Amino acid sequence: MKARVIVTLKPGVLDPQGKAIEGALKSLGVGGIGSVRQGKVFDIEIDAADREAANRKLAEACEKLLANTIVEDYAIDHE
Amino acid sequence: MNSPLRAAVILFPGSNREGDVARALRQATGAPPAIVWHDDRALPEGTDLVVLPGGFSYGDYLRCGAIAARARIMDAIRAHAARGGLVLGICNGFQILCEAGLLPGVLMRNAGRRFICKMQYLRVENDATPFSRGYARGQAIKVAIAHGEGNYTVDPMGLAELERSGRVAFRYCDAAGVVGGDANPNGSMNDIAGVYNETFNVLGLMPHPENLIDPLVGGIDGRGMFRALAAA
Repeated sequence: MKARVIVTLKPGVLDPQGKAIEGALKSLGVGGIGSVRQGKVFDIEIDAADREAANRKLAEACEKLLANTIVEDYAIDHE
Repeated sequence: MNSPLRAAVILFPGSNREGDVARALRQATGAPPAIVWHDDRALPEGTDLVVLPGGFSYGDYLRCGAIAARARIMDAIRAHAARGGLVLGICNGFQILCEAGLLPGVLMRNAGRRFICKMQYLRVENDATPFSRGYARGQAIKVAIAHGEGNYTVDPMGLAELERSGRVAFRYCDAAGVVGGDANPNGSMNDIAGVYNETFNVLGLMPHPENLIDPLVGGIDGRGMFRALAAA
């Protein structure tokens, strides 16, 4: 099955890349931009009996590698 | 220890400072270090010191040091550290040690967003470890920095613990040894340039002492670390 893992910086962690993108959007005149935080998306094909089993494996993947949980949170989505 | 220090430098795909650190070790110990491939399972017999050199392991994919930290050789390095063996991580090596959980914290993107490559002074915070006995506490040493992700970040409790236990190895400072303000190049918490583990046998630092061992390149303040290690 297909899943999407989204990794984002925890609130309060400085995100210089997001700040730079935010500045660029504002300088392009895109209206209404409040703030930008940059994250990462992983589209993953995974073999698992059911969604719950897939979630367990994906959480393991996040804890072991995809996210640095000192500064990042992760969320798992299914198509 | 009377036998000469036996060092092993770990080579990851994308390491690029292994030659620099090998030169510094050869100068200090009289012998070249072993070069160990990341996919090996074991360190050479009798290894005293493991060095994770600078560079861009795996092209900094995912997060700096994240993939190298899961390399096969890391289990052997973890066991070596647990036995009290010495481990030194420089720049990308520091990032790898943090990602591997051998040191606390994480190296975030520089607060100013730019890659920084320049000479930098460090204040020696602890002169009582196998890495730092060649220096005096409070001494300002001139080394080089070259990194885009050197902004040391750790949770508040972890930071308090590092400070309380004397595990801050070096802080960014100016030529006079004054810490703070513009002397901090990357936004690191408490101006931290390097930290020790709980037992002071693992050191990670962003700056490059191995590049300041020859007057030809502007200074020799880096020699102190390798001489201290050679005498460890």
